[in-house]
Amino acid sequence: MTPQTQFMILAPIMPAREAELRQLLASMNHAPGRVNPDNTLIPFAQFDTLHVARLLILDDQTTADVGVHGLPVPAYPLYFALLGDIDGNENAFLQELARRAAVGLSMLFSCCEGFTSTADLVAWMKRHRSPAIANYVNCRGRTLWQVREEAALRDALENYLTRHASALEKMPPREIHAQLAAFIKEETAISRLMLSAEEPTPLGWWIKDTLHLIGLPVLLLLALPLLIVAAPFYLLRLRQLEKTDPALYPSVDQAWSDALALGEDHDVTNQFSAMGSLKPGLLRLLTTLGVLLTVNYAARHLVRPGRLGRIRSIHFARWVFIGGAKPWALVKTARRAAFFSNYDGSVESYMDDFINKAGFGLNASFSNAIGYPRTNWLVLDGCADECKYKEYLRRHTLPTQVWYKAYPGLTAIDLERNTRIRCGLESASMSNEEISAWLALL
Amino acid sequence: MARPAMNQVDYADVQGLLRFGYKHMTQARYALLRIKNAAAARAWLRTAPVSNAMLMNPPPTTALQVAFTAPGLRALGVAESVIAGFSHAFRGGMTQENRARELGDVADNAPEYWHWGGPANEVHLVVMFFADPQAFDAFVQASTGDVWNEAFAEAQWLHTENLDGVEPFGFADGISQPQLDWESQQQAAHIRYDYSNVVALGEFLLGYCNEYGKLTDRPLLDPDAANTDLLPALDAPAKKDLGRNGTYLVMRQLEQDVRAFWQFVHRQAGGNEAEAQMLAAAMVGRTRAGDALVPVQQQPIPGTGTNPEQIRQNQFTFDHDPSGARCPFGAHVRRANPRNTDFPGRPTSLLKKLITVLGFGPQGFRDDLMSSVRFHRILRRGREYGCELKPEDALAPAPPDDPRRGLHFICLNANIARQFEFIQNAWMASSKFSGLTGETDPLLGNHQPVPGCPVTSVFTVQRDNALRQRVTGLPQFVMVRGGAYFFLPSLRALRYIARAGDQ
Repeated sequence: MTPQTQFMILAPIMPAREAELRQLLASMNHAPGRVNPDNTLIPFAQFDTLHVARLLILDDQTTADVGVHGLPVPAYPLYFALLGDIDGNENAFLQELARRAAVGLSMLFSCCEGFTSTADLVAWMKRHRSPAIANYVNCRGRTLWQVREEAALRDALENYLTRHASALEKMPPREIHAQLAAFIKEETAISRLMLSAEEPTPLGWWIKDTLHLIGLPVLLLLALPLLIVAAPFYLLRLRQLEKTDPALYPSVDQAWSDALALGEDHDVTNQFSAMGSLKPGLLRLLTTLGVLLTVNYAARHLVRPGRLGRIRSIHFARWVFIGGAKPWALVKTARRAAFFSNYDGSVESYMDDFINKAGFGLNASFSNAIGYPRTNWLVLDGCADECKYKEYLRRHTLPTQVWYKAYPGLTAIDLERNTRIRCGLESASMSNEEISAWLALL
Repeated sequence: MARPAMNQVDYADVQGLLRFGYKHMTQARYALLRIKNAAAARAWLRTAPVSNAMLMNPPPTTALQVAFTAPGLRALGVAESVIAGFSHAFRGGMTQENRARELGDVADNAPEYWHWGGPANEVHLVVMFFADPQAFDAFVQASTGDVWNEAFAEAQWLHTENLDGVEPFGFADGISQPQLDWESQQQAAHIRYDYSNVVALGEFLLGYCNEYGKLTDRPLLDPDAANTDLLPALDAPAKKDLGRNGTYLVMRQLEQDVRAFWQFVHRQAGGNEAEAQMLAAAMVGRTRAGDALVPVQQQPIPGTGTNPEQIRQNQFTFDHDPSGARCPFGAHVRRANPRNTDFPGRPTSLLKKLITVLGFGPQGFRDDLMSSVRFHRILRRGREYGCELKPEDALAPAPPDDPRRGLHFICLNANIARQFEFIQNAWMASSKFSGLTGETDPLLGNHQPVPGCPVTSVFTVQRDNALRQRVTGLPQFVMVRGGAYFFLPSLRALRYIARAGDQ
């Protein structure tokens, strides 16, 4: 299995160069929200391992919100971020990125602090890495190659079925399966179709993953006595904060909301980028860390392919602390977090999905941010205050200047269907029920 | 006399359309207007005979309703700070580029070609006239005198036709309508396991609890001399609630190519009449008489009224048709109202529920794909236009002067984005509804390519234990010819608006 990894490069923008950077980013699009996959700065389409990528300016409109907690408004630099989700190793990808897009990257990064034209691109990017604290991949192991091969497989089947519809419509399921399997075998034999076998799992990755799988529960077990002692105090303080945290419900500016919408709904999938400040205090910080580490653990080891709880529309998602790669840096400096995702459908359905299907998780992770609708016991209420929640989310949403997805027109459900079709085709022993279910995918 | 409870609805304050379809008044006409003279417009509004939602005995023979677009409120002199309290969708309007894209109003449907409501022919308000045929002309005449002429530049009169409950393609329409929980008897629930037609009042009337048990955002004003008459907000008693007892009205003129529809299904059926009827019914999801394609279940659906026919035609969900073999997944009525609940299946224990919530439950391909329908209901109040063309006559080629026909689609909802727009975007116009691909609503779809999906003009008929049948090359049967988002105010709010610019 080839595991998926994510990368993110984050650097402060030189204020004098912001306008230029915005122009460069705009030049990568055909129109707002419609990337040119062959643009000269980063020719995304040339990368065979890049699922999704985005470039954006983290123009957080809500930094002044800390004022409701009586805190001074920090003077954050304006950040530029380049992030994406890839197959395989981050190092290898960054090398390839630097090779294929050297000029473009230099132009973009030269708008950031501390970049010189003589700098080693890969080394500079590594110095500006901003790893995620929690990460979600819809289907671990499904590579971009696989996505493309299986999409081509479905297209080939669809064409074949159209050509032979009248005969096949009268055929029993098992015969259809046999005929299609034979057809695909022929197609692959003459290399008109490719259905590559899975690559072996990299050993280093497997060891790290297994250590992670075992390590966190072990640590948790060791810390259990302490956690049990701390729990009542924690809950008492949490309840107190939940009842007294200042409320903040400004509605989102219409122009801001319109600007966001202009970049959305060009593909069946959308990007989502949001950012906000954490509430002050150690409890909120620890809660955020605890929740996100749990989410990360669950997403990595527990969730079923294609599902984040009941939600089936997310391709990739991640939570990142902005301005402090190491969690301990948060105590002193950065107290801002960002969330990035790639989801199917419109933002309205995305928000509804979260409220109705995963409200508890949403509350646990987002309620530590300033201005989130009031929660109870960390997981209750909160986003169920629908209008306030939606205004909150839209207000924290960042315009994403450039967004690329390697397979426009395909939803996560499409990818799952194509994989299921392939698995069924390759399976020699299916029950009648399984064959019927498989046939219904076509 | 006992004081009425805070959340009891004052029907005298609600425009009647929320409670009645005025079906017995078979004549209706909608005046789409622009304001020429704001003072005169306010004067007309102050004396306009706007009908409320009180039951009358004998029933009235005339009714008049008024609703405003955001530019209309502005033209009347409503303060910008007040308008800012309305929803984004209402303020932005139906023709915003991104909304048009989401709603499928692109290519031939694009607002630039609209007969009304487009960028070149923006509308300020709609005045809706309903009456008995014999009373109609006198009623319109009496309501539109000199003040009217001074106030409004008449944009357009939309005429309607009484087709007796049948829409222009020839199918019984308006069968499934949500029933408003006027008395707010239903407790807000976090999870509902049963499909019901009874929907929280706040889904259709601003100022009351919606299905989330919350009040939808609307303009709340600080009390002043101009708004003393307005009711207080239930969730903020110190504020005056301009939205309370009002709602949003969505209007779209949908032109239906009845000939194209019937000629297409007949061609597909190779001229076989029975098969053509079956395909047409599969596309609609009901027979022409309005019967569901899935078996009637034992228990009636709560909130389907008292009429036995109405109860029977609503007595189903799609739970017993998980493969789409009886009613295709992509059928119009299955898209418009998937009749699902908040949760897949009914968990028998807390543990099973937890397993499903965490995504470890059944892993079927089509499990749990759709959003729960109770958050996405609309109250339909539209009327047909253009003279009737029977399906059997629709096979003949169109004469040169074939009149246009279709539906003046009207729906009421408290949250345009979550209700009307969601249904239109995620369920009707989506080429990915319910695990399908390459097809949009067979009736309403514009069938335009989307990036990566060159074909969206397919209709799939699922079958059990056999290969599905694909109907390809569906033409666009419905063209959007106009549309706008309106605010349908309460009578109190109407009086406030009618005084807005008078100092």
